[in-house]
Amino acid sequence: MTVALNGEDTGKKIAEAIPGSVVSGDKNSLIVESKSLLQVAEYLKNTPGMEFDYLTVVTAVDFMEYFEVVYRLVSMKNNQSLMLKTRVFDRVNPTIPSVTGLWRAAYYQEREIFDLFGIKFEGHPYLKRLLLWEGFEGYPLRRDYL
Amino acid sequence: MPIKTESFYLNVGPQHPSTHGVFRLRLALDGEVVTDVEPIVGYLHRGIEKLAETRTYTQIIPLTDRLDYLASMTDNVAYCVAVEKLAGIKVPERAEYIRIIFSELMRISSHMMAVGFYLNDCGAFFTPVLYMWREREKIIDLFDMVCGQRLLYNYMRVGGVSQDLPDEFMPALKKFIDEMPRYIGEYNQLIKQNEIFLARSKGVGILPKETAINIGASGPVLRASGVKWDLRKMDPYSLYDRFDFDICTGEVGDCYDRYWVRMQEMTQSLRIIEQAMKQMPDKGPVRADVPQFFRPPAGEAYGYIEAPKGNLGFYIVSDGSIAPYRLHIFPPTLINITALRDMVIGWKVADLIIIFGSMDVVLGEIDR
Repeated sequence: MTVALNGEDTGKKIAEAIPGSVVSGDKNSLIVESKSLLQVAEYLKNTPGMEFDYLTVVTAVDFMEYFEVVYRLVSMKNNQSLMLKTRVFDRVNPTIPSVTGLWRAAYYQEREIFDLFGIKFEGHPYLKRLLLWEGFEGYPLRRDYL
Repeated sequence: MPIKTESFYLNVGPQHPSTHGVFRLRLALDGEVVTDVEPIVGYLHRGIEKLAETRTYTQIIPLTDRLDYLASMTDNVAYCVAVEKLAGIKVPERAEYIRIIFSELMRISSHMMAVGFYLNDCGAFFTPVLYMWREREKIIDLFDMVCGQRLLYNYMRVGGVSQDLPDEFMPALKKFIDEMPRYIGEYNQLIKQNEIFLARSKGVGILPKETAINIGASGPVLRASGVKWDLRKMDPYSLYDRFDFDICTGEVGDCYDRYWVRMQEMTQSLRIIEQAMKQMPDKGPVRADVPQFFRPPAGEAYGYIEAPKGNLGFYIVSDGSIAPYRLHIFPPTLINITALRDMVIGWKVADLIIIFGSMDVVLGEIDR
């Protein structure tokens, strides 16, 4: 059985290692600052006891005041999982760091989020629209797109 | 005078029989050798995620049929599992067994199509695939019996299945289970020792274990690389912890291993169905009491299952209304093709076709 890690406890550990990175954590998920996302991701991938080597779903949700980007990390070795989230408040030019350097699983999924939400991933090797064509206007999965 | 050469660009698809749907590959070639590849997708994009935001939870089920149209039943199950997780609905035991039986039948059917078309790509033009179609037809007849549909079933419901099994279903399933091992033996006899097949697929398109994990591959593609990871065993959902079956893995992760993992999984699926038939309660409700326009509590849930092609998940955010605020589909095959570039560079164009064929891609799921 894959154990879903408690975001609160994991958040405390991360806050000790990387001060100022954790926003909040609850039973199901952990929310971190977008500027320290890469540091947290690296910590989660390489720390013994965490070892999240397998990234599954990457997606975004538009809550109007902010975008929430969701990562579900799985550790095959310890058979545990963690919902990691980060928030972007800028609607005009939302930018967060890309995690493709750590997990290439994010390669297409970040392109898809860029395509449908317009969130830019800094450091992505090939950030282009995935499903829609170049020159398409607007970002269809935003809630204000009609 | 030195001869000047430059790489040649070739578009494979979108209308090409070997791309298994509308899929385009932009190849850079040096003679016949592939030096770069860029997959271009989106020709079948219907915006299912956006459409789902304006439909009720029950109305979304037919949309999920159109994702992986060769394994619609498991798409239905994955979606229902996610909604049940979100709303905290308990599925009756008989319905869980029915779901498992259909999921495993779907897995057999999907793997047969995958192997059949893979052999097509290898050059065994339509003979093996017609053998496989013969048995797939029997599975489809079983599906037809319960829901009247042959391709897009729309059979699962939130909280169970749409209707109970008809009386003639169990004897027909029993007959199929008894016959099937002989047919699998027939396929092996036809394919497994074939010189040409072995020469084309052994050692071709190797995906190393570390790369497979890093790119997030799942399903037979991951297991063929030697990773023992099957959600039915590692994170048993539904009632999968009650069954005795093995996780099939390959050794090197070449095209042959991907083919062989699928063939073995068919046998394992038959084992699961046999056990499910014995354990299933004869009578009982097949659907929890869920109203048609129900409102799950505000919140989020990620439900996932081991679909024939890999780890299929639905991420649902609810705001407490009758329609989801956001529905995201996590498609296994889109993630698997991340590895395509690593696997094909340095191989010839003819090998590219079979490497791509061995990944078992369905475009309905990639484009959504």
